[in-house]
Amino acid sequence: MSATSDQAHSVVAPSGASKTIAGALVIVYALVTIIPLVWIVMTSFKTPPDSIAYPPKLIFTPSIEGYCNLFTTRTRQTPEYIAALPPAETECDRVVRSRNMVIAGPSNVIPRFINSIVIAFGSTFLAVFLGTITAYGFSRFKVPLADDLLFFILSTRFMPPIAVAIPIYLMYRTIGLSDTQLGMILLYTAVNVSLAVWLLKGFIDEIPREYEEAALIDGYSRLHAFVKVVLPQAATGIAATAIFCLIFAWNEYAFAVLLTSGTAQTMPPFIPFIIGEGGQDWPAVAAGTTLFLIPIFVFTVLLRKHLLRGITFGAVRK
Amino acid sequence: MAEVALSGVTKRFRTVTAVDGLDLTVADGEFLVLLGPTGAGKTTTLRLVAGLERADSGTVRIGGHDVTTLDPSSRDVAFVFQQYSLYPHLTAYDNLAFPLRSPARRVPEAEISQRIEEIATMLRIAGKLQNRATQLSGGEMQRVAIGRALVRRPSIYLMDEPLSSLDAKLRADLRLELKRIQGELGATVLYVTHDQTEAMTMANRIGVIENGRLIQVGTPREIYTEPRNVYVATRLGQPAINLLPAGLVPNGAVPAGARTVGARTEHFRIKKAAGDAAVGRVEWIEHLGDQNHLHVAVGDQKIVTLVDPDARLERGDGISLALVDPLYFDAAGNRIRGGG
Ligand SMILES: Nc1ncnc2c1ncn2[C@@H]1O[C@H](COP(=O)(O)OP(=O)(O)OP(=O)(O)O)[C@@H](O)[C@H]1O
Ligand SMILES: [Mg+2]
Repeated sequence: MSATSDQAHSVVAPSGASKTIAGALVIVYALVTIIPLVWIVMTSFKTPPDSIAYPPKLIFTPSIEGYCNLFTTRTRQTPEYIAALPPAETECDRVVRSRNMVIAGPSNVIPRFINSIVIAFGSTFLAVFLGTITAYGFSRFKVPLADDLLFFILSTRFMPPIAVAIPIYLMYRTIGLSDTQLGMILLYTAVNVSLAVWLLKGFIDEIPREYEEAALIDGYSRLHAFVKVVLPQAATGIAATAIFCLIFAWNEYAFAVLLTSGTAQTMPPFIPFIIGEGGQDWPAVAAGTTLFLIPIFVFTVLLRKHLLRGITFGAVRK
Repeated sequence: MAEVALSGVTKRFRTVTAVDGLDLTVADGEFLVLLGPTGAGKTTTLRLVAGLERADSGTVRIGGHDVTTLDPSSRDVAFVFQQYSLYPHLTAYDNLAFPLRSPARRVPEAEISQRIEEIATMLRIAGKLQNRATQLSGGEMQRVAIGRALVRRPSIYLMDEPLSSLDAKLRADLRLELKRIQGELGATVLYVTHDQTEAMTMANRIGVIENGRLIQVGTPREIYTEPRNVYVATRLGQPAINLLPAGLVPNGAVPAGARTVGARTEHFRIKKAAGDAAVGRVEWIEHLGDQNHLHVAVGDQKIVTLVDPDARLERGDGISLALVDPLYFDAAGNRIRGGG
């Protein structure tokens, strides 16, 4: 009827036009973020010539060459040598031979991938574990100089991590931690734990103490009460924190380049080397990247219910 | 069940003295109600008994044992909290079972389910046992919280305004029910409220507390008829006691030193009057259904009292007032015995 009643109404149910605009914006944003990912996955299924074709090919015959090249090392041979070989056993053999090469052995991608998994998940677990008990301590007990300590913990994040890379490199070399999984786990844990403490303290502060007090009176020890009452209610915050920590540890590049070269090398410094001497093997790089995206994608999807609840924490009661 | 004794208990929070030299004994099997306004230190007193707060000085004894420094889990008390009482991630059933499954008790599941059934029927929540705590109404939550204390047989039940979030009818029902259960179990209960009806109807004894100090302890009758001072007198009685300057309203001999007269409804003799006999004037009459509150002006002084519906008084009527055996208080507010 009047302008005021229209406005009041729009607070409850958005009008058709604003819904359309909001929907369009979301779609545009989704496209902008998804297109590069789709492009990478597409590239991983192209042949090297297709991958650098100009204009870029949207329609192409899929090939597993990128994945073959990612998982193997190959040597160049003469056509006569290849012709003399017994028939190709696998699709990869066939693809590789068509390029005048033979498979020499497996590449390093699997050990590197395992390094990434061990280091990222290991450091995430440690950071979240330490962060939870530290945040709980700060939240529930009278800690002397609590504010100063919390500020100190946060201050470890002020500096760009790369600023301390050289001292850490020297230190790790001296104590034998360079290029080890343990060294990388400790390093990423150290970087993440401050974030974890701060995020989790916020979540744990929101859990009323009365719950634990009730559990204490009901005959539970402090530790029992923590496990039975605090942890389930902090699950949302813990999941959100774990995702943040994992994303950092999984993607970290600078330290990894500097501190790992062999046995403990993770995927981020490894992927650029996939391109090979010729600098032509984009499908293999894309295949490595696609593989690299999967774990974090799965982890986030598994925890997305908690993530959503984490964002709306305190706003809804159920 | 056991006797609980606090002696000289003091608890400070920075600058606030929440509990100040409290001496209080709850006898075995007694229902003791702590009555006081908000911020009086009622919750803090319960928390001191439960062990959730450490006393700065004084001792707490349960069943003769000094528990002043003991952990809550070793004190064997049950606590119904003022708020946030249920574990939100558990169902009503699991909430009720929680204390019985504790490492300190480990009651067999068969017995747990039997006890829960009993209590749930009593509290009329049997149909809601499988609901998550967050899917209960405020009143249901509060009943589950009470149930969580009742499934146990502790030395003492500590209850912090357990009925305050319930509607009037349920509150009245549960008041009776709790009192009945307490009698049957012979339970020792320390119960906090600022509702005088709860205090009057449930208590064996009432302790009136203000600013962390226990002002008076006694049976509801004693507290009502023989309050120690003005403060205690104003805690009980509906409508509240009228505090009048001595001599304002005619009555017999006023004891020496009396400055204030405390007059409750039963102390007034009111008659319709005209001319010089009319001491006061009816300002208005509040009809509350079962009661009629008469508002009277005597000079600048306002008086509120109950009036018989048959009194046929109307707004603007002149009335004569007399007092029979009212309470007298001295300049400091302490009661003086005797008088007319
Ligand atoms: N943890 C605390 N830290 C600081 N001050 C506190 C704390 N707990 C209670 N107080 C203070 O102690 C005093 C007594 O509080 P308490 O909770 O015992 O009051 P209460 O009688 O239960 O009041 P209400 O009827 O409102 O529940 C108040 O002044 C309160 O502000
Ligand atoms: Mg209170």
